[in-house]
Amino acid sequence: MVKVPMTAKETLEAPQLLELYRQMMLIRVFEEECARQYMQGNIHGFLHLYIGEEAIAVGSISTLRDQDYVVTHYRDHGHALAKGIDSKSAMAELFGKATGCSRGKGGSMHLFDTSKNFMGGYAIVAGQMPVAAGLALAAKSKGEDRLVICYLGDGALNEGEFHESMNLASIWKLPVIYFCENNLYGMGAPVWDTLALADNIYKLAESYNMPGMRLNGMDVLEVREVTQEASEHVRSGKGPIFLEAQTYRFRGHSIADPAEYRHGIEVEDWLEKDPIVTFKRKLLDEGRASEQELSDIDGAVMKEIEEAAKFADDSPFPEIDTLFEDVYADQPVPSNSGRLTE
Amino acid sequence: MPEISYREAVSSALREALNDDLRVFLVGEDIGPYGGAYAVTKGFTEEFGPDRIKDSPLSESAFVGAGVGAAMGGLRPIVELMTINFSMLAMDQIINHAAKVRYMSGGQLSAPMIIRTVTGGGAQVAATHSQNFEGWFATVPGMKVVVPSTPYDVLGLFRSCREEADPVMFVEHILLYSSRGEVPEGTYKVPLGESDVKRKGSHLTIVSYSRMVLLALDAARKLSQEGIEVEVIDLRCLRPLDMEPVLESVRKTHRALIVEEVWKTGGFGAEVAAQIQEHAFDYLDGPVARVAGAEVPMPYSRPLERAAIPDSDVIAHAVKSSIMG
Repeated sequence: MVKVPMTAKETLEAPQLLELYRQMMLIRVFEEECARQYMQGNIHGFLHLYIGEEAIAVGSISTLRDQDYVVTHYRDHGHALAKGIDSKSAMAELFGKATGCSRGKGGSMHLFDTSKNFMGGYAIVAGQMPVAAGLALAAKSKGEDRLVICYLGDGALNEGEFHESMNLASIWKLPVIYFCENNLYGMGAPVWDTLALADNIYKLAESYNMPGMRLNGMDVLEVREVTQEASEHVRSGKGPIFLEAQTYRFRGHSIADPAEYRHGIEVEDWLEKDPIVTFKRKLLDEGRASEQELSDIDGAVMKEIEEAAKFADDSPFPEIDTLFEDVYADQPVPSNSGRLTE
Repeated sequence: MPEISYREAVSSALREALNDDLRVFLVGEDIGPYGGAYAVTKGFTEEFGPDRIKDSPLSESAFVGAGVGAAMGGLRPIVELMTINFSMLAMDQIINHAAKVRYMSGGQLSAPMIIRTVTGGGAQVAATHSQNFEGWFATVPGMKVVVPSTPYDVLGLFRSCREEADPVMFVEHILLYSSRGEVPEGTYKVPLGESDVKRKGSHLTIVSYSRMVLLALDAARKLSQEGIEVEVIDLRCLRPLDMEPVLESVRKTHRALIVEEVWKTGGFGAEVAAQIQEHAFDYLDGPVARVAGAEVPMPYSRPLERAAIPDSDVIAHAVKSSIMG
């Protein structure tokens, strides 16, 4: 059942290649802007940047259909943007503004946009996995033609919810791709100190009688190909599949983490594999894009993010009256509301 | 009116849900061919098929969480947690996911699901299987918690739970399944958040929920023979909590006794007591009294277990102490 993918290269047209490049750049520039806005005091709380891992969200989500559900963890900006959440509403959410995609209630770790079938970022490690199984169960029961892709980090592999969800998805043959982004560290804890099967994470799938595949998470085209293959398996009704992408976050666990537990040589090695730089070089070397085309994209992306930050900055904070909205459908403000201004 | 058991009331509430709404499915441990740990779903697999009566592996977090996701995806799951003691294995999904997703998503998503579970001691199953955690869930905004004491309330409240757009914990009591009560024909409903005056009285107000309501009524009957008339109010829901009938009653009787099975420290009764003094302090002729479970892990041995759970004599004694000052 377990295998490393074949490398049957798909052939993409130039506009598709440029779109992959644009989406990765969009995430990179968005995240850099987030870091800047955090330092300026416009973003608060936890901020987990996706820089270095862009090829995974873009490569995998670009193979999905609109109706497919995306469920992810707290490092969720990249998946949200790749699924089509407007950069303005994502940035506004990080600013805690009323125009944010979760109305300022969720923040960085809890982006949602059901109009894009982006079913959320979830901040309890592995907590998103049972939810993804349930969405897949709903899709299957209702006979809907859609799958669920659920991202998790390597830290999630040691949670009980990983085991429970993998087993449940397998015995119920649910249409879900569990996609592990192995960036080698769960916060500051290296995977080789915390996981018995650290070198062969994809083989965990064997225990659940599920196919598992490993891929290079720094190569957007390889991510695309493997996800495509995984999707075909899931869509054909054969049940779930498990993918392990090897990747690296170029920043710390969160903005507050200088990542001093990582060796300089290791970091430099991975920076060499920067998914955007390597893809750009490949496009140029193979003559699939010109310097001008790529720099036009860079300029457009920077303009978009500049506008997103301006939109977020200009947007109003939520009215205090919205505090009690969305606790329940019928929104009763309980007599025992605990509101301090009463 | 026909008389049915509490167990039959739960079963027929579930049957109704499955018959009325194709989005409804049941999931839980051994609810299929086995028929459920308390025989509530006996025969359901034959009647509705294994796709709608889903036996789950022993993975509380996964199947409760799958209920959350399925509810988000448009189904109406009814999840059975075999006992409330196992809810701790699914706490992350109940508290962090079911109860939060509407708020965190700014109202885009919700988890309209019913989590049925079984609370209480008295079956000699000792410390890990005799607990009362319903009050925990009632502290969480986003959750609703229903604690019926009679077959009538089971059926009426369950029908209302099905109309909820948010997650509900429906908490049955382990010792009530064989208790019986009258239930009218037809599909009457009991709305969530309406406390019920189960007995009228003028000398003292007992506030209770779940099985302790029946013991409070027993105590009230005994006391009546001594000329003491106790009003008994069944909260029926811990969240939303309807304090109005309680306050109205206390303004009339001037005395309140809270009776619950859970440990006294931080029990739900503490919230009720606090609200009584917040809203009816001037009407009280004495402190709000409490009868609750002994502060020990539940022992196995029968006399010890009996000593740990309030009975009607203890309740009657507390009423008298309160009235005599």
